[in-house]
Amino acid sequence: MDKNTNVLIVDDYKTMLRIIRNLLKQLDFSNVEEATDGQEALSKLRAGNFGLVISDWNMEPMTGLDLLKEVRADARLKSTPFIMITAESKTENVVAARAAGVSNYIVKPFNAETLREKIEKVMAHA
Amino acid sequence: MPDATPVPAGTDMVRPEVALQVMSHLNRTESALLAELESLGRMVAAAKEEIAAMRVENVDATHLPAATDELDEVVRSTADAANEILDVCEALETLQPRLDAEAAEVVGGCVTRIYEACGFQDITGQRIGKVVNALKEIERRVRDTTGRYAPSAALPARHAPARTEGERLANGPQAAASASSQADIDALLASFD
Repeated sequence: MDKNTNVLIVDDYKTMLRIIRNLLKQLDFSNVEEATDGQEALSKLRAGNFGLVISDWNMEPMTGLDLLKEVRADARLKSTPFIMITAESKTENVVAARAAGVSNYIVKPFNAETLREKIEKVMAHA
Repeated sequence: MPDATPVPAGTDMVRPEVALQVMSHLNRTESALLAELESLGRMVAAAKEEIAAMRVENVDATHLPAATDELDEVVRSTADAANEILDVCEALETLQPRLDAEAAEVVGGCVTRIYEACGFQDITGQRIGKVVNALKEIERRVRDTTGRYAPSAALPARHAPARTEGERLANGPQAAASASSQADIDALLASFD
C-alpha cells in the first residue's frame, strides 16, 4: 500500500473530516486533502491527482453517491478507488453504491481497524 | 327512496318549501338518515370554522423556530466539545515520541479510541437534522390544513423533490433496530463478487 498516495476525504461535518484525517495520519497517510461536498470534491479531483477517495453520502448540493457516479463517468478518474463512509446503512443504499461502482463501504460509526482494513483492500486492487 | 314530487318550472317555490315537500315523502328510516346527514353537515361546518380559527402564528413564528434553534445549539455545542476533545488528543499525540515504546503504544491506542468515539457528533448531528426536518414538515402540514379553510393564511413552498438517486436515498442514520452492521454490509458486498 502506497502511503504517499494523495487521499481526498469528503464530508460536510468538519469534525468527521478531522477524525478521518487523524486516523489516516496514524496509518501514515500524510498527503490528505479535504472537501465538504461532492461538487467541491469533484473540482479537486479533476484538478489534482488522487489515489483514493473517502466520501460521506449525505451532503448538499452533491451527495456522495452522485460524486461516485461522476467519478466513474470521468475517463481520467474512473479507476480511482472510492470508499463510502456513511450512516446510510440500508441494503438499498449499499446496492445502489455497488451498482455505481463503489470500491468499499463503511457504515458509521466505524473504528480505525475497519478503516485500515478497507483501505488496504481497495488499494491492493488499485 | 320515493321520487320527490316534481317542482313545476317557473313556480315561485323557495328551497325550504321544496325541502319540506321532499321530506313529507320520506319514511321513518329515511328521515332518520337525513337527520344524521344534517347533523354531520353541521359538525363538518363547525370543524372547518374551528380549523380556520386556529392560531398557528405561535406555532410557526415561535414554537417551531425556537425548537429548531435549540436543536441547532445542541449540534453546535457537541461540535465544540468534540473539537475540544480532538485538540487534546492531538496534543497527546505530540507527546508520544518522548514516551517509551510501551507507554507510547498505550497513549496511541487510547487516542485512536477517542477519535473513533468522537464520531458520535456526526451521527447525532444527522439525527437532529432529521428531527428538524420533521418539525418543518409538521409546520407545513398545519399551515396547509388551516390555509385550506382560511384563505388568508399563506401557504409555504413545499420541499423540492429529490432530483437524484443519491438525494432520494439520503435518509441519514437508521434506528439501531433496523440498521445494518458493518458485517451485514461486508456480506452483502461479498455476495456481488
